[in-house]
Amino acid sequence: MLVAGIKSRPVYRGLRPDLFAKQNIVVTDAAGCEAVLDMMKLADEGFPARTTILLCRTGGNGKDPQDVLNPLGFANIWSFPTVETATSRLNAALNTALMSTRLYATGSEPLIGSVIRTALEHGIAHNSVFTEHRGSLKRRVQCVHCKGLTEDVTTNPVKCAHCGLTLIVRDHYSRRYAAFQGVRIDAEAPGEIPETKAEFQ
Amino acid sequence: MTMRNQRLVRVESIERVASQIKRFHFAPIDDAALPCFSAGAHVIVTMRKGDAVYRNPYSLMSSPLDPRRYSISVLRVAESRGGSVHMHENVEVGEVLEISDPLNLFPIAHTARKHILIAGGIGITPFMAMLAQFRNDKSHFELHYAVRSPEDGAYFKALEAEGLPGVRLYRSDRGERIALNAILQNQRLGTHVYVCGPQRMIDWALETAKLEGWPDENVHSEHFSVPTPGNPFVVKLATSGKEIHVGEHQSILEALEQAGVDAPYLCRGGACGQCITRITNTEGGAVHHNDHYLTDEEKKEGDRIATCVSRMDGGCLTLDL
Repeated sequence: MLVAGIKSRPVYRGLRPDLFAKQNIVVTDAAGCEAVLDMMKLADEGFPARTTILLCRTGGNGKDPQDVLNPLGFANIWSFPTVETATSRLNAALNTALMSTRLYATGSEPLIGSVIRTALEHGIAHNSVFTEHRGSLKRRVQCVHCKGLTEDVTTNPVKCAHCGLTLIVRDHYSRRYAAFQGVRIDAEAPGEIPETKAEFQ
Repeated sequence: MTMRNQRLVRVESIERVASQIKRFHFAPIDDAALPCFSAGAHVIVTMRKGDAVYRNPYSLMSSPLDPRRYSISVLRVAESRGGSVHMHENVEVGEVLEISDPLNLFPIAHTARKHILIAGGIGITPFMAMLAQFRNDKSHFELHYAVRSPEDGAYFKALEAEGLPGVRLYRSDRGERIALNAILQNQRLGTHVYVCGPQRMIDWALETAKLEGWPDENVHSEHFSVPTPGNPFVVKLATSGKEIHVGEHQSILEALEQAGVDAPYLCRGGACGQCITRITNTEGGAVHHNDHYLTDEEKKEGDRIATCVSRMDGGCLTLDL
């Protein structure tokens, strides 16, 4: 059902430690912890001491993410229950950050998108944030009709949580809203709604 | 393939602004306004000296808010091929010159919270246009401008007399240096740095920014090279089979144009990469890369060349044209 080749579809180039950064902030969910482990294989010895982890305890396979990260010796690991609470803390951290701070985001797409959106609000270029997608394919979807946001979308089409229209989830992405765009699927033939598929598990 | 519209302008006034630098004001030849431009843009000026045609890029330094004229500053480079010397010695007030429409390869990052401008010598020119824009927009900026001496630096005395907050001036004849490490260390997120000046200043600034942990996305530089003279050589065109002689003081691009080949270009200063052409064969000489576009690895590979500034030192070069 997805249209291929939509240019706004985000591309995640993978986590890589910037060894010149004086301070690193890594935002990860439980699934993203594996990507953090992989990145640390490329880091120098002093990297963990320059690094703060904002851990969002969602996603993952049941293993306690804190246990995965603790042995690596990061300067701080701050733990949060949701993406919203983690990005709220990120926002506060970026308020006082300097240009030598590098930002990393890994885990689900809604997490990465929220981090990028927060970064943009602080004048960080989106492409200077290192990103790696891990775990669930779930999406945050904005209904182009009522502008309401529907979280944790795993199916296509999906019912808008706000106006109730059935939306086709497109690859068309907005960095500013950190959301994929959902468009009414039966606009031309009301009631003709194709079978719902679990496209974003 | 020539993508830039050309237009005629009249030289409205010429003023010496430093020992080796002259400022030229250009006005439209009719009542039609000049196209608007953004700060950081340049134009290419066509200079005809006998049979030879030179086209050099110069940054626009006038205010982008003033559509009535364009201004450029030209540093006289005695040991070059003669473009700048021609501008200094032969071009007079009232003369009509051919220029390209403006193109910006060094734009202001408009999402920036703060702008830091690092200028050396003639590198001040694009920043004069940026200053006008920043003052109009009430943007947060710093300018750090280094010159050999006040006599050598264009607009140095004027900037000194103006005493604008945020403008810092440095004289190397007094041993003053831009403390770039300290400047870059304490900048808040959302700051952008721009460098324009001699190549070694740009290299130093880019390296310093990297070591201070700045991301590439926030570091901008511009430097126009001029084609360096060298031994004449022959360019063969793989598709058309043409053989073109490139003279001692000519660039490949100029020789191609003289032979009626419509080759791609945009900046003519080795900055934009538009003229990069595939090399299919070289014989009897080495390729000398003078551009700032190809990476060191790409230059080493030697399968591509920036025809506007790079050349062979004798021998024969076959291009995929």
